[in-house]
Amino acid sequence: MHPVTTVHYLALSAALLLIGTVGVLTRRSIVIILMSIELILNAVNINLVAFSRQAHAVHGQIFAIFVIVDAVAEAAVGLGILIALFRNKETVLADEIDLLKW
Amino acid sequence: MDVILFLVFAIIAVVCAINVVVQTHPISSAVSLVGVMASLAVLYLLLGAEFLAAAQVIVYAGAIMVLFVFVIMLLNAGAEAKKGRSFTAQLLGLPLLVAFLGLMAYFVQRLFPQSTMVHFGGFRGGGAAEIGHALFTTFLLPFEVTSILILVAILGAIVLARKEMD
Repeated sequence: MHPVTTVHYLALSAALLLIGTVGVLTRRSIVIILMSIELILNAVNINLVAFSRQAHAVHGQIFAIFVIVDAVAEAAVGLGILIALFRNKETVLADEIDLLKW
Repeated sequence: MDVILFLVFAIIAVVCAINVVVQTHPISSAVSLVGVMASLAVLYLLLGAEFLAAAQVIVYAGAIMVLFVFVIMLLNAGAEAKKGRSFTAQLLGLPLLVAFLGLMAYFVQRLFPQSTMVHFGGFRGGGAAEIGHALFTTFLLPFEVTSILILVAILGAIVLARKEMD
């Protein structure tokens, strides 16, 4: 059987990145758009951990931890913005929030 | 053994990720996202990143997903109605995506022909001791800056979510 190499992990990461991008571009609900962003950040994490494994160094995993912290901060602020928006516009759909469109 | 584990959990991750994007109800998407996080934690274990696998389950599947589900319940977000998309986009979207993924995989394969094989237990540098040592010696400054980032995020979330008082 073919052995698993770093390239396989990179291909998985590319697949998750594409799925996340499709989610951000096609969905209307802001909650699902934020979830797709989490998918993209996880794809980055797979890359970092796989290269950390290939280089036999721990540095890639440290960067992955920083990415996780970033994802937490992004989710907290994004959901805060969503609650503030919902209070004013009564909707969670991205295409109905067009305050800056003219 | 490694191949089977990798294939099973990679396929679970990709199927759950597609489910996140396809489902109309946000709660179904959130549950699928938990599946993605859990299978990715197993893949991290295969790569020797033990601490990261634990952090993935605790932080992502625990904290972030609870936050998402809480907000979904709070806003009472129902199933989102489908909106008509252009016929060309529906017809061309999926084949172009698969072609793009194939191109990406092909070029990565060309760029890293001599990539190392990944065996379970082949690399033991991802435990809590090694991570902690690197985090508090080499990466001490980024670690401290990260704490400021979290403080800013907490303040931002509170300011955004509180009621206007005037």
